[in-house]
Amino acid sequence: MRYAMAIDTKKCVGCGDCVVACQTENNVPIGYCRDWIVENVAGSYPNVEVELRSERCNHCDNSPCVRCCPTGASHIVEGGIVKVTHDECIGCGACIQSCPYDARYSHPEGYVDKCTFCDHRLAKGQTTACVAVCPTSCLYFGDLEDPNSDVSKALKNRSWKVLAPEAGTKPQLYFLT
Amino acid sequence: MKEELFVSGRNIPNIDPYLNIWHWEIPVYLFLGGLAAGIMFFAGLFLVLGKEKEMPTTVKWAPFLVPVALVLGLFALFLDLKHQLYFWRLYTTIRMESPMSWGAWTLMIITPLSFLWAASYIKEAIPSWKWPMSILDKMEKLIIQYRKPMAWAMMVLAVILGVYTGILLSAFNARPLWNTSILGPLFLVSGLSTGLAAIIWMSKSHYERTILSKIDITLIGVELFLIIHLLMGFLAATEVQIEAANLFLGGSFTVTFWVFVIILGLIVPAILEILELVGYKIPLWIPSLLILIGGFMFRLIMVEAGQITRYLY
Ligand code: SF4
Ligand code: SF4
Repeated sequence: MRYAMAIDTKKCVGCGDCVVACQTENNVPIGYCRDWIVENVAGSYPNVEVELRSERCNHCDNSPCVRCCPTGASHIVEGGIVKVTHDECIGCGACIQSCPYDARYSHPEGYVDKCTFCDHRLAKGQTTACVAVCPTSCLYFGDLEDPNSDVSKALKNRSWKVLAPEAGTKPQLYFLT
Repeated sequence: MKEELFVSGRNIPNIDPYLNIWHWEIPVYLFLGGLAAGIMFFAGLFLVLGKEKEMPTTVKWAPFLVPVALVLGLFALFLDLKHQLYFWRLYTTIRMESPMSWGAWTLMIITPLSFLWAASYIKEAIPSWKWPMSILDKMEKLIIQYRKPMAWAMMVLAVILGVYTGILLSAFNARPLWNTSILGPLFLVSGLSTGLAAIIWMSKSHYERTILSKIDITLIGVELFLIIHLLMGFLAATEVQIEAANLFLGGSFTVTFWVFVIILGLIVPAILEILELVGYKIPLWIPSLLILIGGFMFRLIMVEAGQITRYLY
């Protein structure tokens, strides 16, 4: 099993619902978030292109955050989800430095927190909070090894990219272009 | 013209505009680690070379600073932790892939060693010293007997500790300014040089200071060479690393880096030490102090600047 997410940058309108849904679902403290929207404007007038991306932890296959953790608090669970065990984390910040996507933050209570792909919802057979709430249905989640999963189907007919592949982390968020 | 604009819709006041999770604590930790490594290395070296009598400050007195530096360094690391109650988790596992982990373990071994070394000389430092228990007297005899193997262990561990202070940063691929293998040797050399500066400052023997000054001038030369190498390597690398180098070549860290690290921290003290060697009367605490400040500034700037650099996407 390999969980992954596809994000349709052509369909996303940048409403930020995924951000709020995540904050509510996961009790994220005010001022922090586990997912966020990037609005990337490139080119020069009048040939300007806008790309909207809903970003979060990439649950990398080759995850530097797990490798650099001195206590083993950062670890990988079933389906490749990268998680942090709160009471093993000493808050050293090494994993925050190691992430090319700045996907982690230091929770006010001291430990490091990040996207979990809503594994507590997956266990109940539901999908992630951000996917469930997206009004344009531009987020696709599922098992890459299952050809019938939403994410596999979304990736089949579209061109896509991953962010900063040169960082070598093998990220698992696929941005449909 | 191609303009690229990043408008972050993150709205996360505690994370944007750029990540800054390490403040002064980590540079202090790296600085004290390097300083301790420098003093231990030369203490071990000159004991093994049989120069205990001629170089008393190097072998006997300066190492009293080491346990203090290491304990303060560990305390700085502790202050950096955000989940401090769980500090002990560092010592319930060893994770070879994590520099933070094996560095913490190296300190765990090297700190007691530095205490033993200091204890073995305490009666020479304070002749009226009495151990409160007779067993400690016996232990003292034992460690005095084993000084040579201890000296070898200290030299090896000092090199590991010195290199570690650089690898702690260079292991982070995500921060282009840190991600260069030169950082290990560079921090080691810089640490050795700060160690020497402390010993020279303390030393009262002309003979000892002359030898140490000569070594220090060489180390400063090597350090300058490595720094030039570092910048050249960046300029020949990818866009993100060119941008990293530009922080020091016109960017926001240019003045602090060139003034405090290169000129005041390396070039001026080297010139003063050379002048002293050829016979001018120069109080050696001045170059020593400059080297120590420069060494700390170097780590502070590297940690601060590194956190600004990132992959672009
Ligand atoms: S995105 Fe960052 S936090 Fe998530 S797995 Fe990759 S390196 Fe780790
Ligand atoms: S902050 Fe916590 S999860 Fe991150 S590397 Fe340190 S101990 Fe591991």
